[in-house]
Amino acid sequence: MDKARNLFITNSIRIKNEKISLKKETILSFDKEVGFSQFSKDAYKILELKYPKYHKMDSLCKLGILSSHILLLNQEIDADTALVFSNSSSSHDIDLKHKQSMENIVSPAVFVYTLPNIVLGEISIKHKLQSENVFFVEDKFNAELLLDYSETLLNSGKASNVVCGWLELKNDQYDVFLCLVSKNGEIPFTKENLEELYGIENE
Amino acid sequence: MELKMSDLRTELKQSIIEQLNLEELSIEDIDNNDSLFGDGLGLDSIDALELIVLLEKDYGIKLTDPNQGKEIFISINKMAEYIESHRTK
Repeated sequence: MDKARNLFITNSIRIKNEKISLKKETILSFDKEVGFSQFSKDAYKILELKYPKYHKMDSLCKLGILSSHILLLNQEIDADTALVFSNSSSSHDIDLKHKQSMENIVSPAVFVYTLPNIVLGEISIKHKLQSENVFFVEDKFNAELLLDYSETLLNSGKASNVVCGWLELKNDQYDVFLCLVSKNGEIPFTKENLEELYGIENE
Repeated sequence: MELKMSDLRTELKQSIIEQLNLEELSIEDIDNNDSLFGDGLGLDSIDALELIVLLEKDYGIKLTDPNQGKEIFISINKMAEYIESHRTK
């Protein structure tokens, strides 16, 4: 338990309601009418992602690549940085698209994204991570689960840092909260702080 | 005939850009002799499967042997030649 007190939320990102916030500060916001497709394209251009593969990805992967890119920008992370993600809709949107495509000729490019943990692979490729990763499907944001799992990875030495959080996408509605957890920072890695940071855009 | 082939090449480029989500490319960026894989457009194995789907959907060509793709998906020119001689629609 003492070891957990040495862990901190080094950085955090929130993406919801056409707005991107880093450490509670809004860094990008769009008109209310912008749907996810336009939002993800515009954010890619403005944030200069320069990662052409992004355009081939499904929406959940785009959301994961976009949020992790911003979160990890200018952060020093090792290849053993673990990923502990969660959401409630799994890969719903692309599953639905795949189901619809089965009425005609199935698209291989759609099929390859029909699992939520594909996004973890895409993030690992982009950031050259060779680490533990897990994707939980939960009814709602579960700070305790993220805390327990991340602490175990960090305290057992299996990871030097952890990116954990919530990456939800359903019917083009998105809700993201990711944080980088390490031994450096000012915000203690606690259930209360996770809930507070996630809750900002929900009020 | 020459004009027809030229139209087919332009149509192919447009379809490939759309189907494979090559958003940062335009028709003008793709040369008829550019390699589609490797150092050219840099397509991957999933893209190859999408090209097989494209042949069937748009031109009624069914590739039964996946190895055929290696000879057809070399460049826009090679694809256009194959389509012109095998298309059923």
